[in-house]
Amino acid sequence: MSEAVLHGRAWVFGDDISTDHIAPGRLFHLRTDLPELAKHVLEDADPGFAAAVQPGDFVVGGRNFGLGSSREHAPRIIKLAGVGAVLAQSFARIFFRNAINVGLPALQCDTSQVAAGDELEVDLLAGEVRDLTRGLVVPFTPLPEVMVTILDDGGLVEHVRKHGGFALPQSR
Amino acid sequence: MTALTLAEKILAAKAGLDAVEPGQIVVADVDLAIAQDGTGPLAIEQIRALGGDRLRVPRAIFFIDHAAPSPRAELSDAQATIREFCRESGAELSDVEMGVCHQRVAEDHARPGDLVIGADSHTCTAGGLGAFGTGMGSTDVAVGMATGKTWLRVPETLRIEVDGELPPLVGAKDLMLTVIGTLGADGATYKALEFGGAGVESLPMAARLTLANMAVEAGAKAGLIGADEVTRSYLEERGRAADWRPLAADPGAAYEATHRFAALGLVPVVAAPHTVDNVHPAAELAGTRVDQVLIGTCTNGRHDDLRAAAEVLRGRRRAAHTRLIVTPASRDVYRAAVADGLIDVFLDAGGLVTNPGCGACVGVHEGILAAGEVCVSTANRNFKGRMGNPDGHIYLASPYTAAAAAIAGEIVDPRTL
Repeated sequence: MSEAVLHGRAWVFGDDISTDHIAPGRLFHLRTDLPELAKHVLEDADPGFAAAVQPGDFVVGGRNFGLGSSREHAPRIIKLAGVGAVLAQSFARIFFRNAINVGLPALQCDTSQVAAGDELEVDLLAGEVRDLTRGLVVPFTPLPEVMVTILDDGGLVEHVRKHGGFALPQSR
Repeated sequence: MTALTLAEKILAAKAGLDAVEPGQIVVADVDLAIAQDGTGPLAIEQIRALGGDRLRVPRAIFFIDHAAPSPRAELSDAQATIREFCRESGAELSDVEMGVCHQRVAEDHARPGDLVIGADSHTCTAGGLGAFGTGMGSTDVAVGMATGKTWLRVPETLRIEVDGELPPLVGAKDLMLTVIGTLGADGATYKALEFGGAGVESLPMAARLTLANMAVEAGAKAGLIGADEVTRSYLEERGRAADWRPLAADPGAAYEATHRFAALGLVPVVAAPHTVDNVHPAAELAGTRVDQVLIGTCTNGRHDDLRAAAEVLRGRRRAAHTRLIVTPASRDVYRAAVADGLIDVFLDAGGLVTNPGCGACVGVHEGILAAGEVCVSTANRNFKGRMGNPDGHIYLASPYTAAAAAIAGEIVDPRTL
């Protein structure tokens, strides 16, 4: 995470956005060409999204964002499309873990008041999302310490390279 | 000694600890790490980024099953990358003829008490044998293969307690869809599901694998069933008697909650588009026109499943407007179905039998839906776009109910056919 305050517009999606919405099986052959696959990101949830999304914009979901497949290509192409962060009420487990591993902030917060096109600021250090259009401030759930460690090292591969293996806080 | 759930017991052992508790972060030894042709190339890229192709995990296997055999040049290139990496690294290759990774892992690889990680969300299937199987992304699996370790948050365990035996024409799929309909598609997120009770102990391995396979459809990290005499016989049949060891949750283990289901009261159910927890009795959806039926996949493509479908299809013929596609989960399943005549039943019923693999389930090939078409599938997912067309409609059902839909040409309660 290079910048502490992210700024962009909200693209609002509903509950249960699956990895098939994000990176569908019919584009399986593009998985080894992520820039090309990114041109279709979230196509089955909003066909206009990939062409119109601006660098720094936010994907805003409801419950259980990213459910389904383990395909890491899903958070990777959201990131490649320029999205600054994904905000959702809740995340499916594998998507959440993949997002952190590839350096895409996935932040759990109350997104129910955010509307499409709202101008948002995400303050990673203060732990809050500011909806400038609506004048709302919503806190997000802090990332678990283990994930902060991985993010700080620049992702899981970099973490393992740096430490020669896992060097995680093993909390109880 | 602290009383442990199955998930806690396995993770404690793999982390070298006497006990663990939910919420604890552990770094655990991986027994088996797998990837498939959709996630394998990215995992290989990450293994190389880690500095080479030396793998420290005891067993690494790459399966070419999702697009097998390859229908496109891009995918052929990706598969060539996997074959080359396996030659160089010593990872095992399960090529196009062998079948779905999760079925192959159950048949020949996973052992009770193992920690299995896989770059495929349905890696939880191995829980049917008493292994802690969990799906992860390519990067996590790459690190697992390269270092032999992975990190995990010890999950809370939800106990699914089943009593009684399933009624005729009601399958483990109906039980699991009922469980998911009750818990919700995110009802078990970050948690482990542990299945037990007399109703689970009486289930054969194929049915246990169906239950564990769909744990992720409730959001779970793993779905586990203890290893008992059924597990022992299954492993013996597979020539793996030495892999057996008994495994059970400790009496007094702490569950976050226990959900009880009476098997005898279950009815054939169907999960309607586009979420797996949208579960209704088949009878309620009766009359829904069906264009295609898929019998197969890592959920219900085993020999017992094909036998269940054949029981309904024998001596009957599919409706004129309904395509019937049967995809055995593995080569051994295929071979067994040839040997006992099940394949003839499908052919006589007007069905098409494909090569073993993931088949039409992932939307890559072998049965992509047209716009507006309805498929009744024995798979585990009915998400929008799953079978290759965002305008297709997928209903999930047991092999009995799917076979009945092929004959009737519409959704029907198989008990009324």
